[in-house]
Amino acid sequence: MTKDVLLHVDKLTVKYHHFTAVDQVSFNVMAGDFIALAGENGSGKSSLIKAILGLIHTAGGTVKNHVVGPIGYLPQNTVVQDRSFPASVEEVVGMGLLATKSFPRRLSRQDKERVRESLVRLNVANLAKKRFGLLSGGQQQRVLLARALVANPRILILDEPTSALDQAMRKRFMHILQALHQEGVTILLITHDIGGIGEYVNRVLYMERRILFDGTFQAFCEQAEISPYIHTHAKRHDEEENPS
Amino acid sequence: MSWFELLQAAFTYGFMWRAIVVGISIALSSAFIGSFLVLKRFSMIGHGLSHVAFAAVAIGLFFDQSPLLVTLPFVVLTSVFVLKLNESANVHGDAAIGLAAAFSMALGTTLASIGGGFNMDLYSYLFGSILTIKMLDLWLSVGLSIIVLVTIFLFFQDLFTMTFDESFAQVSGIRTKRLNTLLAILTGLVIVIGIRAIGTLLISSLIIFPTVIAMQFSRGFKATILIAVISSVVIVFIGLIGSFLFDLPSGSAIVLLNGIVFFFVYVYHRLIRA
Repeated sequence: MTKDVLLHVDKLTVKYHHFTAVDQVSFNVMAGDFIALAGENGSGKSSLIKAILGLIHTAGGTVKNHVVGPIGYLPQNTVVQDRSFPASVEEVVGMGLLATKSFPRRLSRQDKERVRESLVRLNVANLAKKRFGLLSGGQQQRVLLARALVANPRILILDEPTSALDQAMRKRFMHILQALHQEGVTILLITHDIGGIGEYVNRVLYMERRILFDGTFQAFCEQAEISPYIHTHAKRHDEEENPS
Repeated sequence: MSWFELLQAAFTYGFMWRAIVVGISIALSSAFIGSFLVLKRFSMIGHGLSHVAFAAVAIGLFFDQSPLLVTLPFVVLTSVFVLKLNESANVHGDAAIGLAAAFSMALGTTLASIGGGFNMDLYSYLFGSILTIKMLDLWLSVGLSIIVLVTIFLFFQDLFTMTFDESFAQVSGIRTKRLNTLLAILTGLVIVIGIRAIGTLLISSLIIFPTVIAMQFSRGFKATILIAVISSVVIVFIGLIGSFLFDLPSGSAIVLLNGIVFFFVYVYHRLIRA
């Protein structure tokens, strides 16, 4: 059985003045994928995702979006939101439904029920009335994941969701993603640290302005000669799995 | 005459009723728009535009035209210009506002110096005066306020989402550049509405105070706006009455009252509730 192509990225290029951040990148995201898009800081991962989502201008190439319905998106660095921003958790999650609304966008009672269900799904229903900025980093990420999932997207794109979390929180967060993937959600996750994430994904894309590797995490670890970076992270992963 | 009799007398004057209607218009629209500007950390645009309004008023008086009608296009266009300068030309927001404010003050004071005869009129526009509010000002203020409030009502969720997380708003299909332009236009309108009752130099504080007072209490965004609106209307009303009773410039009375309320709310929140 052939899988559906959800995103078809073809020779996508992003430039900042004369600097090429993403250089003719091509790949497909298939339904059911759980992809780790890895690379060092400054390798163009976030630029690539922003270009796919239409957040920045591209210098060339195309993105064909075959996703029916909204794309779930968890942006980078939202965890460090202004703590004094007066937005309750349920208000933040409600934002996730706007993509399904036409002007003037209003949330109905049914929408508020969906918000509640999404909070229950992520086990944060008890935080509904709390101010978002006062939550811990792990709680904020779960709330933002609830926001990304509230419209039941087929695909979820997460930009460095675990970078601000400690080891235990990161593991818990990855278990949540794993459960979502088993429910049929396609996931594209950006990370600069593949070590603790590789075991959960079925595909690794490694980029350094271009895609240098596209395959399973196992194959990724075996091709440690691709770059010193891969070697370092594969080693770190082995150490985490088999602490001596 | 007792305080009560003085207060009763106040409401027999037409100018007092006009001041209250204009005051409530500005209280409502500035509290709504201020919630988005303060949380986007763009509240200083109000301060910058108030300086631009000063120059526009001076131009109006210099050419013997209605200052409010001159100020309306001048301030709105400058507001959009500052936003575009910030977006496209590597000029940071605070620098763009600083440039517009300084240039406008220089222009206003130059015109005031050349046309020395209108300096007293200009003073009433600087700090607000309830005695000078005419029917034209009233209708203009009410009309512009309705435009601001209806627009915010229609775009409320879009503005809230953009203020909280601009990139997420974009992914959700919200055209954030257009919405920012709309916010800049509305900010310009609010500045114009407030010129008569509050004054060009003090109007920006009415954008900031209600929101920062409300932020001391609430957990949610809608609750913050509700508290900001209620506190803004009550303070403007009491400030206008105080302005009449103590013969103070209305803008100064309202801003001082806002400052006192903020001080007590802040102290209560930090020391007693904490």
